[in-house]
Amino acid sequence: MIASPSLNLEHYWQTLPPDWPGGFWWHWLVLTVIIIASVLTLVMGYIWIERRGMARMQARLGPNRVGPFGLLQPVADAIKVLIKEDIVPANADKIVHWLAPVIAFAPALMIFAVIPFQSGTAGRLADLNIGILYVVAIGSVSTVGVFMAGWGSNNKYSLLGAMRNVAAVVSYEIPLVLAIIGVVLIAGSLSLNQIVLAQDIPFILLQPLGFLLFFIAGCAEINRSPFDLMEADSELVAGFHTEYSGMKFALFYLAEYAEALAISAIITTLFLGGWRGPLLPPWLWFVLKVIIVFSVMVWTRTTLPRVRIDQLMALAWKFLLPLALINLLITALEVLAWPEALPWVMIPVNIAIMVVLVLLWSRFFKLGWGRVEV
Amino acid sequence: MKFERYGKGIAKGLTVTITHLFRHPITTQYPEQRLNTSRRFRGNELIWDNIKCTGCSTCAKACPQGAIQIITSVNLGENQYKVEKYEVDTGYCIQCGLCVESCPFDALFLSYDYERAKYRRQELVMGKEGLLLSDKKQLSAYARPKVEATLPKQTLLLNRDKVEK
Repeated sequence: MIASPSLNLEHYWQTLPPDWPGGFWWHWLVLTVIIIASVLTLVMGYIWIERRGMARMQARLGPNRVGPFGLLQPVADAIKVLIKEDIVPANADKIVHWLAPVIAFAPALMIFAVIPFQSGTAGRLADLNIGILYVVAIGSVSTVGVFMAGWGSNNKYSLLGAMRNVAAVVSYEIPLVLAIIGVVLIAGSLSLNQIVLAQDIPFILLQPLGFLLFFIAGCAEINRSPFDLMEADSELVAGFHTEYSGMKFALFYLAEYAEALAISAIITTLFLGGWRGPLLPPWLWFVLKVIIVFSVMVWTRTTLPRVRIDQLMALAWKFLLPLALINLLITALEVLAWPEALPWVMIPVNIAIMVVLVLLWSRFFKLGWGRVEV
Repeated sequence: MKFERYGKGIAKGLTVTITHLFRHPITTQYPEQRLNTSRRFRGNELIWDNIKCTGCSTCAKACPQGAIQIITSVNLGENQYKVEKYEVDTGYCIQCGLCVESCPFDALFLSYDYERAKYRRQELVMGKEGLLLSDKKQLSAYARPKVEATLPKQTLLLNRDKVEK
């Protein structure tokens, strides 16, 4: 992503891999380095955005000591965490305890292998024709890492947090995937690049309900507040990473934000038109959209209180799942019956369908025996 | 059909947080930014006027902590007590201000200062010289309303930004 401004970026990105000596392997090496570097940088940016943004939304200032506007705070945190003692509980399952952070972090990185952040072949590590399937498959692996952490720590809070996480991920995976299928139906391809190319109109307009479902399920999937039951600072100490310190804790912390980055990158790719956009270079569009999606996540996190575990399950099975099925049915009907329908006609129709469905379904929910306004 | 529970509360909450994003943060960056305390602030330090003091020991009797120690000797020539030792262990001080209130000659004041951390316990014990009014100290208007005019008005968080700029 770092190149001298004199270089014609567009040309550079489109022609690079096939002409290279060694072709494939160089492509693999360079893009891996670029992806890992930019993911880690963006994760640091995310931490900063979250802490500053959340602070400002709560009328606080947030970190502002290290560097201009506290920009170096994540770096300072990283250094602090690196020089901390690494403590392993006496009765822990040592190997599992050691392996868990790696298994939690690696999938978050692996997702970026198929996400196109540029036009042309150089814009992604691999153009998998089953890209989104790969993302779904890999994305849920990090849960194994979290569960290993919960089990390996030999701590009841860790285990409780991990159990909650597994329950949440298993439940939310279904509406998440069903919401993706709507997009796949319209785009007609599982390849993420094809999905981006199909978005002459961002799919958020054609699939508003799908976007809503995906956003909620995605937030729950990566355990962001208001669905952060597995960490639940106020009840479970820190959930699955209670017993972690030093670099292992840092890896979990990184994994948390790398997953948030992955989910916002997937949302960007599926619903917001990926790297497509006028004027600015494609990768900048991609980063901008990703940051906007994350800001919305921070916004909801600041606003909403944590749900209870039964509310979490109820939301998944009673709200998201039926709506995802209905959304899939409607999308399939639209694609089958009116494949040539004008998108500008379908947009208001779809938005109307979303509003009606959400209004109807929300009648099934109440808090505090109907005393609390939801 | 009446529509309830359709996310109105969530929308309200989201509006609140987004409006907070564009307001001035309430945080005071303490060492750089300071708010003026109340003018009748009871700071953790006594200021003693050695001229007005007659050595009557009312303050020592009023102190619920017994933190004030006075030793006087009789000065027959001038027909008054001479204060040999006036020592306050401010480590015991609970800033109740009873000594200041009880002083019949207005010789004691509380200070306006609140940054009194010390490295050693012994440094908290103030002798005669340490208790005198100096440039570094400022009188508080607690029980001494006349001092009030010399002190700045208290900053309320409401009008903090107006005062600072």
